[in-house]
Amino acid sequence: MPTITYIEFNGTSHSIEVENGLSVMEGAVNNNVPGIDADCGGSCACATCHVFVDDAWLARCGTPDTQEKSMLGFAATAQENSRLACQITVTDALDGLVVRMPEAQH
Amino acid sequence: MNAPVNYDPAHEAWTMPLDRVDPANPARFMAGAELPYLARLRRDAPVHYTAENSMFGPYWSVCRYNDIMQVELNTEVFSSSWAHGGISVRDRPKELRIPMFIAMDPPVHDDQRKVVQPIVAPFNLQKFEALIRERTTMVLDSLPRGETFDWVEKVSIPLTTMMLASLFDFPFEDRHLLSHWSDCSTMPVEANGFIKSEEHREQVFGELLAYFTKLWNERVNEPPRPDLVSMLAHGEATKNMTPREYLGNLILLIVGGNDTTRNSMSGGVLFMHQNPAEFAKLKANPKLVDSAVSEIIRYQTPLAHMRRTATQDYELGGQQIKAGDKVVMWYLSANRDGAVIEDPDAFIVDRKRPRQHISFGFGIHRCVGNRLAELQLKILWEQLLARFPSIEVMGEPKRVFSSFVRGYASLPVRIPA
Repeated sequence: MPTITYIEFNGTSHSIEVENGLSVMEGAVNNNVPGIDADCGGSCACATCHVFVDDAWLARCGTPDTQEKSMLGFAATAQENSRLACQITVTDALDGLVVRMPEAQH
Repeated sequence: MNAPVNYDPAHEAWTMPLDRVDPANPARFMAGAELPYLARLRRDAPVHYTAENSMFGPYWSVCRYNDIMQVELNTEVFSSSWAHGGISVRDRPKELRIPMFIAMDPPVHDDQRKVVQPIVAPFNLQKFEALIRERTTMVLDSLPRGETFDWVEKVSIPLTTMMLASLFDFPFEDRHLLSHWSDCSTMPVEANGFIKSEEHREQVFGELLAYFTKLWNERVNEPPRPDLVSMLAHGEATKNMTPREYLGNLILLIVGGNDTTRNSMSGGVLFMHQNPAEFAKLKANPKLVDSAVSEIIRYQTPLAHMRRTATQDYELGGQQIKAGDKVVMWYLSANRDGAVIEDPDAFIVDRKRPRQHISFGFGIHRCVGNRLAELQLKILWEQLLARFPSIEVMGEPKRVFSSFVRGYASLPVRIPA
């Protein structure tokens, strides 16, 4: 199973094995990784699973669609490398992916 | 009191012909009797058309959580635009409609929303936290013991009004005007309250605009600062608004920052009283306060619905919605949808996924101030738990005559001596 590393805003790191086909958001929520709220449950409708993807991995995570871009547009601390974790599907190609949490999910 | 949903099969809600069901009837909300009708529709006609006998004209009701999510995300088909009638089931007369960003579609909506959004960014919330705590402490410490008083008047209104004054940096001594204007914006004429006619409402809006125009004129020539008036006056997407558009956005921010939190502050007290075991659970473990706050917001659903207008024909839940039709998303119903929320009619302070409720809406119109609302409620409950053994509800709450704002005009309570 691919390993995803989630780094909380305070620096705490969680390396988790996540099943292929789940989203990066589900990998966090199912394993009680704090810092991802996912209020809408993965519908790309709330921007509370906002993460920063390490540059080395950004291209491999694909491109956000229009809906994701518009939700990210309303996230308080969005940057160039922001993604919604519910829109990234875990595959073998993402083994080793590192995502960092923002200060808060707004 | 707040009777559980009436599942008595003989109750009118379950026996009346489906096409007669009119879930937006505000009299039922005032009587606290609205839930069974939505439960009936969820079961028998989850996408339902009220063709006749409604005071709001014909409208669709979308009652299930997942169908509502579909409507929320499809802003092309389901427009929020004020030009179509906006975001509540009631259409204001055409010539009196008011533009505001909640009642706009992309891209203008997005640009205007982004101007005010930083007011609730993490940095600003941290700044507000100490202020909210100080005010909450002050209000709670001033409450009488051993005598009945109105929680809405003594707690919910003062706390939310003070918050609003800070967000606008509004002259503090005049802050009662903010809650007055908020009430005037949402109060139906038929409620027999302060607002006697649409002309009267326009007159009050004129007073609101005049007051806020003065503040705009002061701040537009000063350096930008973090209050909503200054942000609107300096924002690229808002600095050239028409006066009517400024008025609209002010109404939006006043109502959005006021009525909703106010009613959740009152609702929470009522629900804890009705569910003593849940209150005991929270008292024994104050760490549950975050989760309890989300549950209060779900259970109250302070805005019972949001409305869209179809811009083209669309099939939803097997029903044919036509271009131009009014589509009401019943948040109040989705929050009681057992297909998504376990045991939805129960008030449970430690739910597994307390944040999945739909009270803030989803998609691009999701409530801007949701985190601030949660923060205010969290501090209120932390301070309540630290002070009072209980808050006893002494009689029936008086509910408001509206199927949009679901709230309380008064709630008699007593804090044991």
